[in-house]
Amino acid sequence: MAAAAKTRGEDRVAIYRLGLWLFMGSESFLFLALLFSRFYLQGVQRPAELNQPLGLVISIVLLLSSLSAYRGETCAVYGDQAGFRRNILVTIGLGFLFLVGVGIEWSEGFHFFPPSTGFGTVFFTLTGFHAFHVLTGVLALAAVLVRGRKVQYGPGSYWAVEGAVKYWHFVDVAWVFIYPTLYLVS
Amino acid sequence: MRTLLSLGLLKGVIAGLAGTAVGMALTMVVRSALGYPAWQPDQVTLAGTLVGIPAYLAGVGAFSAWWGWVLGKGIEEPGGHHFWGWTRYFGADPNHKVIGIQYMATSLVVIAVAGIYQLIARLETSQPGLQFLSPDTYNSLMSLHGIMMLGAVLLGVSGMINYLVPLMIGARDMAFPRLNAFSYWITVPAVFLLLFALPAGGFDTGWTGYPPLSTKAPLGMQLMILAFYLVGWSSILGGVNFLATIMKMRAPGMGLFRMPIFVWTALATAFLQIVFTQFVGIAFLMVLLQRVLGLGFFDPAKGGNVLLFQHLFWLYSHPAVYIFVLPGLGVISEIVPVFSRKPLFGYRLVALSSFGIALQGAIVWGHHMFTAGIEEWLRIPFMVTTMLVAVPTGVKIFSWLATMWHGKISLDTPMLFALTAIAVFLVGGLTGIPNGIVPTDLYIHDTYWVVAHFHHTLFGGFVFPAMAAIYFWFPKVTGRLLNRGLGKLHWALMTVGFFVTYEPMFWLGLNGMRRRIADYDPALGLGPMNTVVSVAAYVIALSMLVFFVNLVASAWRGTRAPANPWRSRTLEWQLSSPPPEHNFPTPPQVLGSPYGFGIPGSVHAVVTPAGGAGEEKGGLGRVSSG
Ligand code: HEM
Ligand SMILES: [Cu+2]
Repeated sequence: MAAAAKTRGEDRVAIYRLGLWLFMGSESFLFLALLFSRFYLQGVQRPAELNQPLGLVISIVLLLSSLSAYRGETCAVYGDQAGFRRNILVTIGLGFLFLVGVGIEWSEGFHFFPPSTGFGTVFFTLTGFHAFHVLTGVLALAAVLVRGRKVQYGPGSYWAVEGAVKYWHFVDVAWVFIYPTLYLVS
Repeated sequence: MRTLLSLGLLKGVIAGLAGTAVGMALTMVVRSALGYPAWQPDQVTLAGTLVGIPAYLAGVGAFSAWWGWVLGKGIEEPGGHHFWGWTRYFGADPNHKVIGIQYMATSLVVIAVAGIYQLIARLETSQPGLQFLSPDTYNSLMSLHGIMMLGAVLLGVSGMINYLVPLMIGARDMAFPRLNAFSYWITVPAVFLLLFALPAGGFDTGWTGYPPLSTKAPLGMQLMILAFYLVGWSSILGGVNFLATIMKMRAPGMGLFRMPIFVWTALATAFLQIVFTQFVGIAFLMVLLQRVLGLGFFDPAKGGNVLLFQHLFWLYSHPAVYIFVLPGLGVISEIVPVFSRKPLFGYRLVALSSFGIALQGAIVWGHHMFTAGIEEWLRIPFMVTTMLVAVPTGVKIFSWLATMWHGKISLDTPMLFALTAIAVFLVGGLTGIPNGIVPTDLYIHDTYWVVAHFHHTLFGGFVFPAMAAIYFWFPKVTGRLLNRGLGKLHWALMTVGFFVTYEPMFWLGLNGMRRRIADYDPALGLGPMNTVVSVAAYVIALSMLVFFVNLVASAWRGTRAPANPWRSRTLEWQLSSPPPEHNFPTPPQVLGSPYGFGIPGSVHAVVTPAGGAGEEKGGLGRVSSG
């Protein structure tokens, strides 16, 4: 494949990178539609029962995970397999921690603003869609981790890691918009 | 028997059915364990499809290359196998030409089914009074006709783009061949779901699926939503693929302004697909969530608002009409210069007009909601933006006319279809103006005027151009020519049938015939005209029958086609018919415009023929003008 691509002057990594950007661009319209729906249906109103400390903590957890993801990517770029593995594992762990936090928030939410109420509808939908994306991000990171057992990442051959980490950042940025929309506006 | 069992499709269907059964059984067990009645149609079938569709995809083999990659294998060269057996078409094959044919064949099958649904429904409306259908059955047939036709259009668009774009830009395949196969194969369960929708009670909402009706409609509604969602994802992933291909895989020298117009339209289409499809996807998912889990999006008692659906739905569905028609208009721009032997008039403007249409299409969705309680102050802005579309579409129409002006026109079948398409699309555009103007729309909204209008745009922008495309590129795809006599018969029947079916609908609409009804007041005096419409609809069906006979007979025993029967200049015609597995053995060198007909010394590209075999089949070195 590499040989055939080279004779045609194709830069496969540039193509993959463009593809990922296009995909994330498309996904951002999904989140845009969800954010729009929150304001369209509920304006800026928000119940007092939202667990603010928890919301803040899981946001910090997710931001931290972007940091470790970035470190994992850098390790892969320089061919440091152990550092790559360690940092990506930490990222996956933080991702799960975030999901647990959302789970706790959900169980409280069922009590105070169940999904059959106005705020509950938008809250559960937005967090649910985002959590699903976090899950896919965890799967992507796990996939590059598993592939890393057979394949050495290093200078010039780290696209897989870069792609998964870029997607992880994307999911993170989505939360940066969702968190204030649900927890802070009023 | 061996070969049969090795077919991806069969393995997929078996795995899919098993998965669906498991998913449904599990949900029923959980439900009864929690003390609910085991059977709840929406939840149980949703769980079934959530398990069944991945199982089916795994069975087809759509995941295997990716799975191997995770385990550390490389991704092999796309289409490593070099056989042309028929079994290729029934499994997850990454070659863009195979996938293009798969899309197109699926599209034709769905068009046939959707057409039959409407032929049945037209029997009912050919006279006032209820003949043989219940109003609910009528509405289900009509709704399924609409949604299946539109699904078929999306499939057909993907089919044309898949087959043609890599060839036209001198690439060996799409940018992401596996993703391409995946995008096709998720549409197959969508087709099955739509076929099951009728036995599952149908749905009476029309293709638009507006809540609150859609939140209460029978199970068929849910199957339609899931199908829509799958086709939507196919469309998004396809769009990513088309954009990456066009932006990154062009042959040396193929600057943007040397691309054939069809490629430009594909680019604009792909842009619309990845931006807007998300909106309709989420709108339908909200309906699904309300049906299955009781969320409150569209229930005022729970803080919901049905207008949310309409905004999200039309935010996609207006631009979507350009997804449906832009590639078709691109086909017309390819065919008209070839059969007029003249350069395409105003190439640059035509190339950009597709983007003009795409951008303008993003800011007009509210014109579908003039009568549906849209905020008053939004009406006039939406009316004004709507009128703007006349500019870029006008560019296209004038370009075709100016290209034909003083050309050496030959009226071969593809050109005949292209001419009908231009006429029909023009009428479609003009009759859209009263729909976009608030006071007139208040009168004609939800009448047969609208039905007539959008069938003109869809037939003019997709159906007739797609037929033109099939007659034009069939020799390239199969290596055989379609029968010319049958082709002209098809054209004549379809053109006459079309005008007699749809022109009277304008009159019907103005005289009070409402759309989406099984019965109407005999006192309106609309019976005779409705009979004319129904009879003419069967003429269209007859023409399609002629077409299918022609397709099968010509593919089987048609005259062998030379490499370039129409003396076209675009790259795909410089290869053998059918083209080699990976198109161009070495990248072609592009030197100039694809439309320089009759310009002395004008050269589009230098194509190095495939080792030997291509030469004698006519894989020309230089493409001469003329
Ligand atoms: C033989 C050809 C066709 C005939 C006779 C036909 C006839 C009709 C009629 C009479 C209706 C209105 C039904 C009603 O409102 O009660 C209708 C609806 C519709 N048709 Fe067709 N049609 C044909 C082909 C097509 C094609 C090729 C497309 C798309 C490419 C298409 C797309 C639609 C759509 C989207 C609707 C709207 C359904 C709704 O109201 O929700 N039709 N058709
Ligand atoms: Cu519109």
